[in-house]
Amino acid sequence: MNAKRRKLIYNLSTYAVVVIAFIWCQMLLNSGGMTRSLKGQLVPICCWITMAVSLNLVVGISGELSLGHAGFMSVGAFTGIIISGWLQHGMGMEDTTLRLVIALVAGGLLAGVAGVLIGIPVLRLRGDYLAIVTLAFGEIIRNVMNCIYVSVDGRALNIDFLNPNLPGKLLLNGPNGAVSVGKIATFTAGFILVLVALFVVLNLTNSRSGRAIMAIRDARIAAESVGINATKYKMMAFVISAVLAGMAGALYGLNYSTLVAGKFKFDQSINVLVFVVLGGIGNTLGSVIAAAALTILPELLREFSNYRMLVYAIVLILVMLATNNPLIQQVTRNLAARVKRLFSKKQPKVSVKGGDQA
Amino acid sequence: MAFLSSLVNGLSLGSIYAIIALGYTMVYGIAKMLNFAHGDVIMVGAYIAFCGAQYWGLPPVLCVLCAMAVCTVLGVTIERLAYRPLRQATSLAVLITAIGMSYLLQNLALQIWGANPKSFPTDLIAFPNLSLFSGQLKVSGVTVVTVLANLVIMVALTFFTGKTKMGKAMRCVSEDRGAAELMGINVNRTISMTFAIGSALAAIAGVLLCTAYPTLQPTTGSMPGIKAFTAAVFGGIGSIPGAMVGGLLLGIIEILSRAYISTELADAIVFAVLIVVLLVRPTGLLGKQVREKV
Repeated sequence: MNAKRRKLIYNLSTYAVVVIAFIWCQMLLNSGGMTRSLKGQLVPICCWITMAVSLNLVVGISGELSLGHAGFMSVGAFTGIIISGWLQHGMGMEDTTLRLVIALVAGGLLAGVAGVLIGIPVLRLRGDYLAIVTLAFGEIIRNVMNCIYVSVDGRALNIDFLNPNLPGKLLLNGPNGAVSVGKIATFTAGFILVLVALFVVLNLTNSRSGRAIMAIRDARIAAESVGINATKYKMMAFVISAVLAGMAGALYGLNYSTLVAGKFKFDQSINVLVFVVLGGIGNTLGSVIAAAALTILPELLREFSNYRMLVYAIVLILVMLATNNPLIQQVTRNLAARVKRLFSKKQPKVSVKGGDQA
Repeated sequence: MAFLSSLVNGLSLGSIYAIIALGYTMVYGIAKMLNFAHGDVIMVGAYIAFCGAQYWGLPPVLCVLCAMAVCTVLGVTIERLAYRPLRQATSLAVLITAIGMSYLLQNLALQIWGANPKSFPTDLIAFPNLSLFSGQLKVSGVTVVTVLANLVIMVALTFFTGKTKMGKAMRCVSEDRGAAELMGINVNRTISMTFAIGSALAAIAGVLLCTAYPTLQPTTGSMPGIKAFTAAVFGGIGSIPGAMVGGLLLGIIEILSRAYISTELADAIVFAVLIVVLLVRPTGLLGKQVREKV
């Protein structure tokens, strides 16, 4: 199996997992075999998967630790809500699908603009300093969002800072967040968004640009000395990631009737980072599975109600300790090798090793 | 006078940040890890002092000492159980473990003390209020104690890292862990010691913080923790004087922007200043400029 084929199989299996999961969920929905709380989690799961896939592009593929990813989600969410509200109340557009698509695109675009603005200063820094600045930006975005007031008055969209006295219907009410949002997000839209995110990230990683991004991650100086423009490619990964996060945010925002900026705190950025790390840094399929599993886990732990976050914390620490334990690493490596041998037996290969075997 | 009064408040808040930032910066300098659970150690310290005063009826000094003892043991235990096995792991793995530890402490506190905010006994630090300029500038006793505590800690730490054997060992480990080990320095013990000192300082910070802002709940430590971490980066992470300068400046900037610009935007301004500083000096105000070698 050559590298190209292996990559193709990996990509196809990633799509296949998502498609099969979607079909399975749809079947469960139709047969009524899904609990109400789980049903409510379907759209958020899609959003978190998209967030994890997009953060994986920055942390895994581009190798920069970002702690402010929820900030982009927040920008996307509020943009999406405002655009959707404006289209509905200002322009009288009733078609929810079209409104959702426009809101998602707008959310992605504005988050992308934020990504460019933040990326210019941030990507000049290295390592932990970069991490703290992304954290700072995430907090700034949350803080600023708390001061913005938006209302729709006829066809006009009024935006003001720290001034709640706006004419018309308030869409965004400063620290009280968005109120009476039209809940137009659907599970199918979430599924399509996940597919789009996967398509973008997987294709990028296997392209010339993706290889350049990974080269910069592995050896920046070597990459620059063969003529790769480090800033440009890092920026590319950062902005694409921001756009995807913005789209995920827009979908997330349109799934609830109210939304406050406090929802996108530092903890949310960390949560997404946990998905990425537990799924395997740089492994897109891993991010998808980890995001889905860890969003459902607290739901499943609902019986423990008070203890569920406690259990979550302990599981998190134990998993990190276990995956970094040399003994366990050795065991899994042996296991993987054995599985590999099992599969390769089916297609016998002529091994050319040394003269004595011939 | 209003300005001076804000400045004094900023100095007080900044001193608390500085004490917390010391814990971050020492651990970062020596273990090269971001200890996100540090903010929650503050919270635990505050709760212990609260219990000491409210339930066990201890005198204030014993409350603080008790909090320091518990936090020291807690910090060393966390390091031993969760961070030491990951010494060879990637920094991201350690970061996630630290975050897990932070969740764990918060939720344990939630189980033990409940979600309802407790009002911290403000008379724990009984120091007479000062009245300067014939009564025009009032300085609360807590502020005086906070600033004094900060000064004492700074002098003590400077002496400790400069003169004592353990302090010198700490500086060696932070400079080059491998070489320090070859010179016969017990790296594990040095790192444990760092966590012990950092956590004891966190307990003091917790008591001071909650005396100044007396609502105590399981998430009390997280925002000051992040701010203090910012302060440590601001001053140059890994540098002890840097943490002092960074903490004080951050506190003053926060209080002044709260008073003169906007209450809602104070946090945003603090973080924006951090970003500007890092752009001009990428390793913080007093951080070492490391030249990159090819």
